[in-house]
Amino acid sequence: MKRPDDYKARAAHLADLSDEQLHARFWELAKTLTDPLLRMGWEYTTPSIERSVLLRMGFSSLECKAIVDGCLEHGLLGHGAGHVVYKASKTWDLGIREAGLKLISLENWDEVKTWFKGGLQHV
Amino acid sequence: MSDYKLKPDAALDIREILNGLEHYRPRRRGWTWRKPVPNLKLGSFTYRDCTEPLKRNVPLPPAHHFGNIDPQPQPVITTEIASGRFEDDIRRMRMAAHHGADHIMVIRTAGQSHFDSLIEGTPQGVGGVPITRKQVRAQRKALDYIEDEVGRPINYHSYVSGVAGPEIAVMFAEEGVNGAHQDPQYNVIYRNINMLRSFVDACESKHVMAWAGIAQIDGAHNANATARDAWKVMPELMVQHAINSQFSLGCGMRRDLICLSTVPPTATPAPCMYYDLPYAVALRDLFDGFRMRAQMNTKYIQSSVREATVTHVLNMFISKLTSADIQSTITPDEGRNVPWHIYNIEACDTAKQTLVGLDGLMDMVELKDTGYLREKARELKERAILFMEEMIENGGYFKAVAEGQFVDSGLFPERNGDGIVRAIDGGVGAGTLIQRAEDYLAPVTAHFGYNNTLAYGLEDGEDPATLIDGCTFQKPELIQYIDELDEEDNVNVRMAQTEEFRQPGGEYIKPEMEWLGDGTVMLTMFFPTNEKVAEAAALEAAKRMNLQEAEIISREVMHPVDGTRIELKAKVPFELKIADLEIQEDPEVYTDDELREAFEKKPMTVVCGTVGEDEHSVGLREIIDIKHGGIEKYGVKVHYLGTSVPPEKLVNAAIELGAQGILASAIISHDNIHYKNIALVDRLAREQGVRDKLVFLAGGTQVTPELAREAGADEGFGRGSKGPHVATALVKLRKD
Repeated sequence: MKRPDDYKARAAHLADLSDEQLHARFWELAKTLTDPLLRMGWEYTTPSIERSVLLRMGFSSLECKAIVDGCLEHGLLGHGAGHVVYKASKTWDLGIREAGLKLISLENWDEVKTWFKGGLQHV
Repeated sequence: MSDYKLKPDAALDIREILNGLEHYRPRRRGWTWRKPVPNLKLGSFTYRDCTEPLKRNVPLPPAHHFGNIDPQPQPVITTEIASGRFEDDIRRMRMAAHHGADHIMVIRTAGQSHFDSLIEGTPQGVGGVPITRKQVRAQRKALDYIEDEVGRPINYHSYVSGVAGPEIAVMFAEEGVNGAHQDPQYNVIYRNINMLRSFVDACESKHVMAWAGIAQIDGAHNANATARDAWKVMPELMVQHAINSQFSLGCGMRRDLICLSTVPPTATPAPCMYYDLPYAVALRDLFDGFRMRAQMNTKYIQSSVREATVTHVLNMFISKLTSADIQSTITPDEGRNVPWHIYNIEACDTAKQTLVGLDGLMDMVELKDTGYLREKARELKERAILFMEEMIENGGYFKAVAEGQFVDSGLFPERNGDGIVRAIDGGVGAGTLIQRAEDYLAPVTAHFGYNNTLAYGLEDGEDPATLIDGCTFQKPELIQYIDELDEEDNVNVRMAQTEEFRQPGGEYIKPEMEWLGDGTVMLTMFFPTNEKVAEAAALEAAKRMNLQEAEIISREVMHPVDGTRIELKAKVPFELKIADLEIQEDPEVYTDDELREAFEKKPMTVVCGTVGEDEHSVGLREIIDIKHGGIEKYGVKVHYLGTSVPPEKLVNAAIELGAQGILASAIISHDNIHYKNIALVDRLAREQGVRDKLVFLAGGTQVTPELAREAGADEGFGRGSKGPHVATALVKLRKD
């Protein structure tokens, strides 16, 4: 899109605003633009976010990747990778770390899938 | 932590830094500002805008005239150090800290943005450093030692961006990183990372950074560096700042840890202040309460370090006229190569010198409240508002980016149709967003967004990590440390290759610009000819000097035909054995104050002259004259007898004037006449029975102290001797 500089005409509606009003308008627009972005962050997750959760639960970066890849493959990431490990630890009566390591070496995830309802929705 | 401590007179031992890293824990989290000291008194001066001085430091070059004071200005001073080998950067960090840097920023290696995980180990980088837990830990640990040495906290900083942002943020929080760049717009526009992924990831990253008190710097300055005409992108810069700042507040960041990376957009030969100052004022009006990280202009940097330095000084003038909480420094060689040690230090000194030189300026001047400055600032704000209004009309941030509204070279609302276009479903990491299920859970601290901890019995607001009895943020012992993953590409292999140069203990030394033992030197040459011939001549000259890999790094026309200035870098093909070097020992020198006090308590008269048939006078005059910093300055009474003074006259004058000392200069050295004359003065003084009452000092360009003493002087002084050396000897050796 090409357009000449029509600043004067376009800014006519701002001319009568005081500096304070102008600043308030500026921040109101910034909020309007960013609120939907924050809402998206509230409702969605990503592989990196899930790996960052597992890091905090005491897994190495290599282990985080393996667990998140497993969760993705079996459609469980929408429940939270940390959630999967937490459930595994409760169900198998293992520590968090041991449960995660067992998930990494687990060949059949059928049991794990029974712990959660619903699949995941990619966007 | 081991018992290792930096010693002021010993090299920093990288091996000690790398030792025991698996057990290292950072001593603190979060950002530290300098501590202002109102009306700080240093030497003869009172400073209005300075902060607590350092314990150990390297002051500006003229400081020895001012009692070696080293005032530290108000803003935190940043230096960016990332040569590709983090182990060699650590020594540079120590140098920079001594010159006043307290914010060390590490640029990431090319390509890390698209690496979909943490990188581990210590591979070598390109144009930056691969940011890994081991590398971060080593540098943070080194900075602990360095900050103890200089006596001021040092902020360590890198980047939380790319497709592994949240993981990097967590690792930074765990490892005590103090500052980070975080701006999802940077991913979208400059790294072509999917926009949805970038913003969702950024929520988590920023929330983690907020928990750890990490100061955030945004990425708006990149629009300035990318736009075709940088001064036209000003309205958009304000919009980018606003989006990241407002978004960060929504992620839970404190306003005073959200720093705007603001650049004076243009540079000379534009009348840059006329453009840059209204912009700086508008920005500070709008972003009250946020912090300003004053970046320097890089858009127009060329290979002349002088030109770059002047631009940076002009940039800091704007910092002073408005405000800067963090003063960034761009190395003046950025237009040539990945920055060298010496230019990081130059940049730190340039910042310190400029800001100290402008201390108290705003007590004397103020910006006008009316006229062009305020009108232009208002116009820029209105243009920024129009920009956001159009974004909303377009359907919000994502659609505006997809429509090419960003980094257009028109001064908005002018549009040139050359903005950067990104597709909403395109870019690295597209299609990786996953909607959280109703039972979504993340049992960790500082997690952003929906988290159904209520289902597991936690109350609203309770830390989710309670469910697992604490995460790494409470229990760092849970962190899994990986040392190395690559057997070939790691710090141990690199260090083994340069072990002979490593201190302490290394037996060899080589010139160095960025990496230990790199052998790099720079030559400045002038050729009385045009650019092309000069370049060829410079390369041929380097070849004849046996230099290798010669490369021209700067050429400046002095005149299209009559002269070209060339700067060239190359590598030397040798190393030097330190034990074989002839190293002169420094004579003991009293301070100016000590010398004045000594001669005040016990006055002294000396006679002096150039002995024999010798008309040289310059050297001796420099030793005695007050205007050259000679011994008169300390209160010594000097009778100068001139040149070609017979030895008898020198001794007789000393007796007649009741002097306590004789200074003989002897320059001509043919047939050892200089030592013969020294011996003659000694003999005549003995014959007159006054030798044991007189201190007799001799000097000259060909005089060595040992031979002068053998000839009969009490001490000898060679080339490079100064007034304080001679004055010190007078105090120590006087006979009365």
